[in-house]
Amino acid sequence: MNALVNLATALADGSIETVDLTHTLDPDFPVMILPPEFGQCARFRVEEVSRYDERGPGGYWRNFSCGEHTGTHFDAPIHWISGRDLPNATVDAIAPENFVGPVFVIDCSAESAVDEDYLLSVEAIKIWEKTHGQITENAWVLMRTDWSKRRGAEYLNMREDGAHSPGPSADAVRFLVEERNIRGFGTETVGTDAGQGAHLSPPYPAHYILHGAGRYGLQCLANLDALPPTGAVLICPPLKIKHGSGSPLRVLALVERNSNAG
Amino acid sequence: MTTPIQKPPKKNPQIRTVVPTLPPASRSRRALAFTVAAAEGRFALQKCAMCGHIAYPPREACPKCLSMELPWTDVPTGGQLIAETTVQTSINTYFRERTPWRMGTVLLDAGVTVQCHVHGGVLRNGRVRMIARTDKSGKGVMMALPESEGENMADDKQLRELTCDPKHRRVLITDGRHMSALSLAQHLAGAGASIIFVGLAEDWRKPPKQAALEAIPQVEIVPLDITNTTSVTECAGEIGGKVDILINNCEYVRPGGIMGRRDVITAQDEMAVNYFGLMRLMQAFGPAMRGRGADGANSAVAWVNILSVYALSNLPEFGATSASQAAALSLAQCFRGEMAGSGVKVVNAFCGPLDDAWRQPLPPPKVSPEVLARDVLRCLQQGLENITIGDVAHDVRTRWIEDPRVLEKELTQIEGM
Amino acid sequence: MSRFSTPKRQGYDGVAVAVPVSIPYTRYSHESAHWWLARALGELVRCAGLTPADIDGFTVSSFSLAPDTAVGLTQHLGLTPRWLDHIPMGGASGVVALRRAARAVQAGDASIVACVSGDTNQVDSFRLMLSSFSRFAQDGSYPYGSGGPNSSFALLTDHYMRKFGATRADFGKLAVAQRANALRYPQAMMKKPLTLEQYIDARVISDPIHLFDCVMPCAGAEAFLVMREDIAADLNLPTARILSTIERHNAFADDPIQDRGGWAMDIDEFWTMAGIKPEAVDFLQTYDDYPVISMMQIEDLGFCPKGEAPAFVRANSFEIDGTLPHNTSGGQLSAGQAGAAGGFLGLVEALRQLTGTAGPTQVKDAQTGVVSGFGMINYDRGVCTAAATLARGLT
Repeated sequence: MNALVNLATALADGSIETVDLTHTLDPDFPVMILPPEFGQCARFRVEEVSRYDERGPGGYWRNFSCGEHTGTHFDAPIHWISGRDLPNATVDAIAPENFVGPVFVIDCSAESAVDEDYLLSVEAIKIWEKTHGQITENAWVLMRTDWSKRRGAEYLNMREDGAHSPGPSADAVRFLVEERNIRGFGTETVGTDAGQGAHLSPPYPAHYILHGAGRYGLQCLANLDALPPTGAVLICPPLKIKHGSGSPLRVLALVERNSNAG
Repeated sequence: MTTPIQKPPKKNPQIRTVVPTLPPASRSRRALAFTVAAAEGRFALQKCAMCGHIAYPPREACPKCLSMELPWTDVPTGGQLIAETTVQTSINTYFRERTPWRMGTVLLDAGVTVQCHVHGGVLRNGRVRMIARTDKSGKGVMMALPESEGENMADDKQLRELTCDPKHRRVLITDGRHMSALSLAQHLAGAGASIIFVGLAEDWRKPPKQAALEAIPQVEIVPLDITNTTSVTECAGEIGGKVDILINNCEYVRPGGIMGRRDVITAQDEMAVNYFGLMRLMQAFGPAMRGRGADGANSAVAWVNILSVYALSNLPEFGATSASQAAALSLAQCFRGEMAGSGVKVVNAFCGPLDDAWRQPLPPPKVSPEVLARDVLRCLQQGLENITIGDVAHDVRTRWIEDPRVLEKELTQIEGM
Repeated sequence: MSRFSTPKRQGYDGVAVAVPVSIPYTRYSHESAHWWLARALGELVRCAGLTPADIDGFTVSSFSLAPDTAVGLTQHLGLTPRWLDHIPMGGASGVVALRRAARAVQAGDASIVACVSGDTNQVDSFRLMLSSFSRFAQDGSYPYGSGGPNSSFALLTDHYMRKFGATRADFGKLAVAQRANALRYPQAMMKKPLTLEQYIDARVISDPIHLFDCVMPCAGAEAFLVMREDIAADLNLPTARILSTIERHNAFADDPIQDRGGWAMDIDEFWTMAGIKPEAVDFLQTYDDYPVISMMQIEDLGFCPKGEAPAFVRANSFEIDGTLPHNTSGGQLSAGQAGAAGGFLGLVEALRQLTGTAGPTQVKDAQTGVVSGFGMINYDRGVCTAAATLARGLT
């Protein structure tokens, strides 16, 4: 148990920092826009129950409502039709050890800055591995695009032909799942797929391939620029919702100080 | 010609806002039918079904033949002013604050004399054209206008008490994304509104026609999402004290009723906008408007609910939306009760199907944004409380008035063999 | 008009009217109407030398008695009448009470009828009374400026002036003459002289009605007794007798606006029954809540043809010592309007004149007089009209 004692000591003395990768749950935070005749993701909403007033003199509390995929959120395999028949595919059934683990961060911010439809390719992953080493098995991989710094309409970046935001190519997802056996994939955008992901093959490849293989997704992450490419630990337990397809959650990373961020 | 009212000066922050007072509100139950007609701008009196005598004030029986059948009937509005006075001393606080007040006796062409308010442009012994409107107490009254339209006639001080004219007033259009927003803003600007606030939800989604809206000098875009309590509260906190006319054009419309849907989520979304959203607006903007019902030339005057005419009777093709609209109508009735005493009119504009994507499969006639905006503006300028927009709405409401049970049968029947 | 013929009215033989009582008015009173009516009844009993048990007939007129009526007052005041009436006819109440009581006495249904009227005037009671005055007023006139009777009579006055060429000076002449009379009446509310200039220059209330066209609402009571002549003789009371009376309601309903009253329907019968002509009358007491109504009565009672009251007014003085003494106690315009007692004021003053008890306002050798009543602007016009010719009593 020395490892945990050492970890606690390191957290206490600040040599290991805790980084918050979560957006605030805010009614104004964008959600995925689907064709209007489809069911829609609920916005985050809050109603005050009492605030030291006639509704409850001693207390301040509120009711909130949202979808399972509102704000910074976790996608379980059952979220996508490709994962519908897998065992342990809902958030309440996923073994808890999956919510803590090593994380690799691939920086695509420069590419995304010049190409809003940038697709992370197998080629780019292999180049990244040349510098940072091969992605180990059963790890989380996050795609940094700095998209979380965008505000308002720039975030979804909707145009008449749909959203425009970066994401992984189908081959890249397949490579990460099949060749690197990752545990999950996360992005700063509103989905794990690119804004134009509907027009890839298969459509929404990240969703289709990841969840079809029983892997997890994380979306609407923030502060990825505060993580090192390798060596951090991700903590991402979703709410234990019965038969849940996902959940808003607080995503944290443990980072060794002086590790080489960005 | 009437002297035009001037743009009101900025409010002196050291002077207490005038508390709304009301003209006399009590009426006999029989007389409320006059109020009902007045709320629609109709000039109706009791006409004996047996002998044709026109009776006024409202009666239980014909004073000529004692028939009990005295249906309210639209009558010719012409008449002559045969006596008049200008009240300088009134025992009622509302009038006392507004003297001098011109009233008179008009001999209607319909053959009966009535007492009424008299427009400043009416000549002594002159011919007049009568209107019926609701006053600040929400009760029907008559006013004699000059027979022909004069310049700035709407600016008559007494007439303006009966109308909700947007001239020099500040208006909030709650949904800048709605297809009606641009036309409404254009019409209101043309009618002299001084500021047109346009609410915009979810600025992370670009609205259509925003540039055209912003090109109207009077328009100010304000963040407003009526499904978000915080947003509504913040918006009311910012501009609530300046909203003289609120037009709620937010709507959430989806086809479908009950069994064609597998869940209540869409219905929740419908209720979130059409019912809870309306309630949030009322809770946030209502109190300030209620307090400003007598706040000078740009007092708060009107709250306009644009409702589907199927709020009156369910259209199964849009059954769940109709239900949420019925909830909204019921809420509007409650709001009328709570706003009574403020002098602010709660207007229900019953609209037929709009010419939009959601109602695309429906057959014509449909309502264009221009028609909606024109009718809402006319309703405000005339001071009406209940209007229909479009032929379908007129038809449905007429049938509803005639017999709501028959209308229900009509709307819910299947095609016969 | 009824298609059935009207039989000749019977006279009022054997009926005496006596004991005119006026309880001094106050501008406002915190007392109730019951208090004012009790004072008047007490004064009647005391002046007549009776006890309350002797009163076997009772009429009450009051606006501010709610929730009570004459019924409640019997128990309140300890009366056990065998004939009871409540007469809510405002300005016509006095003459109507007189003629009903007279018939009751004549028929033996009662021997001594106390006719009592009175109202209190609390600070806000006038406003409250007007706002719930009648259903038609509530539905059809009060919502239009809430000028109350001032604007109702402004409309009638405006129309009368347009139609018949009356001027404000004509109305002013009546008001000024009444003020002169009031200065001789100790109980009048108005104690200062009024000139025509002051009348003309007074502030506008609801044009063409100015301040001195309006009565002052106040608290007070008026009353009299109607009894068998033999009882009056036993009691040694000075009396008046009734020569003729008329009463009419909602006359000329099809006139677009009122410029004549119900008197005009019955005027021939009125004078025939009295057996005299208008020229023979020694004084006239009209109901004068506004001068235009006095003008209308002068015409409709036959003192001059319709529309000629302005000329008639110009030709007479109306003062106690002048031609056709009119409203000799100052009328409501100068004595004050104590609610329903305003409908008794002229009658009670007439009884003082004919019993020789008018004191400072006494018209010399007054033998006959006419009293007229007009009441209840239910909507746009006065609905109730009544009039009586009275003569000095035989006792």
